[in-house]
Amino acid sequence: MQDDVVMRVVAKVMIPAVMLFALYVQFHGDFGPGGGFQAGVIFAAAFVLHAMIFGLNRARHVWPPHYNVLGFCAGVLLYGGTGVASMLLGDNFLAYNVLGATPSKGQHLGILLVEFGVGLTVASVMVSLFLTFAGRITHLRFLAKSEAHERYLAEQADEK
Amino acid sequence: MSSFAVNASLIALLALIAFMALRLHRLFAVVMLSGAFSLTAAAQFVVLDAVDVAFTEAAVGAGISTVLALATLSLVPAEEKHHSFAFLPAFLAVATGFLLIAAVSDLPPFGDPLAPIHMHVAPDYIAGSAIDIDVPNVVTSVLASYRGFDTLGETVVVFTAAVAVLLIIGGHTRTKRRSKNQGGRDAG
Repeated sequence: MQDDVVMRVVAKVMIPAVMLFALYVQFHGDFGPGGGFQAGVIFAAAFVLHAMIFGLNRARHVWPPHYNVLGFCAGVLLYGGTGVASMLLGDNFLAYNVLGATPSKGQHLGILLVEFGVGLTVASVMVSLFLTFAGRITHLRFLAKSEAHERYLAEQADEK
Repeated sequence: MSSFAVNASLIALLALIAFMALRLHRLFAVVMLSGAFSLTAAAQFVVLDAVDVAFTEAAVGAGISTVLALATLSLVPAEEKHHSFAFLPAFLAVATGFLLIAAVSDLPPFGDPLAPIHMHVAPDYIAGSAIDIDVPNVVTSVLASYRGFDTLGETVVVFTAAVAVLLIIGGHTRTKRRSKNQGGRDAG
């Protein structure tokens, strides 16, 4: 799809909007529908759109695959860490009341951190799955090509 | 009455899409139909006032799953293999379907405030959300605070899925690492 000018222009306009919408869903989840899961998937969808329009190599350049591993580990650790923080402050695991000056502020902060952990994990996991599957395809194509090339070289050698 | 018409047409559309996906042998069309199925299911969830679930279904079911299925599709042949009709699985599927439909008659009517599911902890959550959590969206307060431990488990499930996929087809093969280690040993 790299040569399709309509797709490229539309994608360039759409991708920032989709990412902004994902952030809105992420941080507005307390007030409207949405939250970490949805936001993570929408954010990943923006990246998948980029990869489909501009190709896998440029996508890997924009978002190196090892960032994903860091991302989903950091997300789970942030979630668990919020629970541990509430334990260290003297309450139960994942009881956010102690995190803020007032119980309500603590709950808000806890939910924000936990939802961000979920969003980070889901976005990194989705991008990681996509890159792994898509990378598998190019890898297999590359293997097929190099196999064909080796066969060609062997044939050349036989002819000589 | 109008909501009954909307529900009935959405359910009929879901059944139609499922039946078409069953009949078709071109996998590309089947993947597209599964995306359409998810989108219709999302519309159904909106009608049932489950906006958060509809949101997830549209983003995950119709969006990412379709893309992943398409990526897998480029690794496999475009046509389904031709099978002879499998009687036992078909019988099992139909029998399970009939059992589930029979079980629906035992469920309380939709939206019944006296249904057991609405009598246990839900009233506490709905009443307490505004006071304890002070968050307008009750779904968020249940998901992230009252049921925070469950959501932690779900996040770890997503994490585990990624780890499993990376381990199986992530390209970090044993031979590669071994050769790197040997290189290091040689250098040292």
